[in-house]
Amino acid sequence: MHMRTRRFLDRAFTSAACLAVGLMVLFLLFVLGPIFVKGAGAYVFMGTVEHRRMMLDQFDRGNEERVTAEWLDVQQARRPVYEALSAFEKELPGLPAARRKELKPAFKAVREGVAELLGPEPGEPLPALTRKMYGQTRWTKAQEKLKEIRFEESWDYSAGAGRKVLTSRQPLFDGTALAPLFPLLERDARKLLRPRLTFYPRFLTDVSIDAHFFGGIGPEVLGTMYLALGAMLIAVPLGIIAAIYFQEYAKEGPVMTFLRSCVNTLAGVPSIVFGLFGLAFFINTMHVSSGKSVLAGALTLALLVLPTVIRSSEEAIAAVPRAYKEGAMALGAGPWRTILTVILPAALPGILTGIVISMGRAAGETAPIIFTAAVSVGKMIGPTEIASQPTPALSWNLYNLCTEHEAVNEIRHVQFGMAATLVVIVLALNLVAILIRARVARRLKG
Amino acid sequence: MTDTVKQNVEAHVEARGFSVYYGSQEAVKKVDLAIPSCQVTAIIGPSGCGKSTFLRAINRMNDLITGCHTQGELFFDGQNVYSGDVDTAVVRRRIGMVFQKPNPFPKSIYDNVAYGPRLHGSYSRRQLDAIVEESLVDAALWDEVKDRLEKNALGLSGGQAQRLCLARALAVKPEMLLMDEPTSALDPKATARIEELIVQLRGRYTIAIVTHNMQQAARVSDMTAFFYEGNLVEFDATKDLFTRPREKRTEDYITGRFG
Ligand SMILES: Nc1ncnc2c1ncn2[C@@H]1O[C@H](COP(=O)(O)OP(=O)(O)O)[C@@H](O)[C@H]1O
Ligand SMILES: [Mg+2]
Repeated sequence: MHMRTRRFLDRAFTSAACLAVGLMVLFLLFVLGPIFVKGAGAYVFMGTVEHRRMMLDQFDRGNEERVTAEWLDVQQARRPVYEALSAFEKELPGLPAARRKELKPAFKAVREGVAELLGPEPGEPLPALTRKMYGQTRWTKAQEKLKEIRFEESWDYSAGAGRKVLTSRQPLFDGTALAPLFPLLERDARKLLRPRLTFYPRFLTDVSIDAHFFGGIGPEVLGTMYLALGAMLIAVPLGIIAAIYFQEYAKEGPVMTFLRSCVNTLAGVPSIVFGLFGLAFFINTMHVSSGKSVLAGALTLALLVLPTVIRSSEEAIAAVPRAYKEGAMALGAGPWRTILTVILPAALPGILTGIVISMGRAAGETAPIIFTAAVSVGKMIGPTEIASQPTPALSWNLYNLCTEHEAVNEIRHVQFGMAATLVVIVLALNLVAILIRARVARRLKG
Repeated sequence: MTDTVKQNVEAHVEARGFSVYYGSQEAVKKVDLAIPSCQVTAIIGPSGCGKSTFLRAINRMNDLITGCHTQGELFFDGQNVYSGDVDTAVVRRRIGMVFQKPNPFPKSIYDNVAYGPRLHGSYSRRQLDAIVEESLVDAALWDEVKDRLEKNALGLSGGQAQRLCLARALAVKPEMLLMDEPTSALDPKATARIEELIVQLRGRYTIAIVTHNMQQAARVSDMTAFFYEGNLVEFDATKDLFTRPREKRTEDYITGRFG
């Protein structure tokens, strides 16, 4: 080959590699970055007085005296808001019909907006839904609501593609009793809600209240743990035994080739197929539970990760020097003793790495548990209910909260919190795998 | 079955018309050889002549190789090790082996030596300690490692590791030791130490050592067997074989004309 072509190829290869690495870094920055930043918002955020009231009512947390005192102050600060509303309500019937017709829907929107922002008006009966009992608990969300009160949102299609247009409502109410409300909301919003930096680490372990409007993701985290650990509990012994069989016992031949291709095929089956199989086999045929359950989900996930566990264990066992085996056999150890006392310990780092990575996979998989284990809203289940109860789990419930929840937009922080938590769990498991590998490798090297 | 009873009391291992095959390839061909008790027997010959195969046949290590089978008889201590009722684990406990490349387990030095005893019996910690010390002393390694018995054996130098493997073999109190080119992976100094050890162990164990190195055979062995292309060409007292070989091929080999 020509020197020039060779140099060109060399450069092309280098730039392709750099491009690939660059794409990875970009991916990390643009996908994981926002997930982490926004996900952190579920744990650390500007919480309003409504958050503190809610925590006190629903979780019995926080300093009762302080919250009550703060609440009294806030109610004081909110009085002009409610005065403006009721004054306008009285004024409305006296206005000319045309003006009334114009103002009535706008007033309705403002009033509903205020109820969303600050919670039910004083003296109103307590709403049935917990989500309606409180105003905005998070400052960023409160600011959005404020904007919705002050501006009317409409769409302008004159330019072809739709464009959002915000029109201030204030001019509409000029000269009425409601006019002072707008500058008040703009100026005194902080006094009405008292935003304060809030740490909420128990987001990780709290149950959710009223379909994730409040509270945390405890049941989902617990469910994910159950499913991932359960899957490993089933897949690891089976996988290691199968790997030992393949490596140490099986004689090469058509049967082995067939078994091997089974394992490889299993590894390539789409996960949704595992989900359907789990439903058809474990629940409908084997009746491991009467309906969805943690057990059925764990079994399905176990099947999904089994090929990975088998293959990584096989590789680890194959990498153990033959000399170790010969050394043990020459001392009179039988095949099983050799495997248990020499081969498996030496293969342990590789096997463990495979296990931890598989566990990350089991924790993150969604499709296999849709039909076998997952429910959208669930409680924390105890270890005794594993065979009978379904469970929420991070992966599937994240999907559910983003698509099927009745108020997808109101709970963005929960969605991001869940996503970040899931990513952190999976990354942490992978990190553990790396550490174990390094540690055991060092121990084996002496 | 008078036939399977050992005739010569002096011979610890006796091969009679003994052949080893890899599939259809005959690697050891109808060998008749009696390895005397408590002496050192060297097996020499050019590479690929079946030395290792013969040695590994004695403690049935060839069983691990698929397609390897034998013909004829091979007696150890009066019993045919290839008769159906023989427990290979027992044969291998009674016949220790040291390999060409030191192969300590990736465990502590202590656990390496204690591996065999733990396998075959239950000992108290004190008894194990005693066995480990005794074996390491016999392998001339005790002084070097007594302060770091819990350290991983993979941290030892090649020569130390080979002596550890010897200690590991001695710990199960074998009657015989098989050594397959035990010094070929070692430097001259480490080689000299192993040779010294072999001389020290002579008299207590029957030793069969495969070696490439004729000086080594001359230095450490009482008897020498010369293998060529799977055949046992000549077997004699070492000093006779090296000074007055009876066979032309032996003479050619020891004078360096081939191999
Ligand atoms: N595992 C094996 N499978 C097939 N043939 C083998 C195997 N080991 C050795 N052989 C063959 O058997 C013959 C003797 O080998 P070996 O006993 O290792 O010789 P040496 O130790 O004298 O160098 C050689 O021809 C070698 O190729
Ligand atoms: Mg050899």
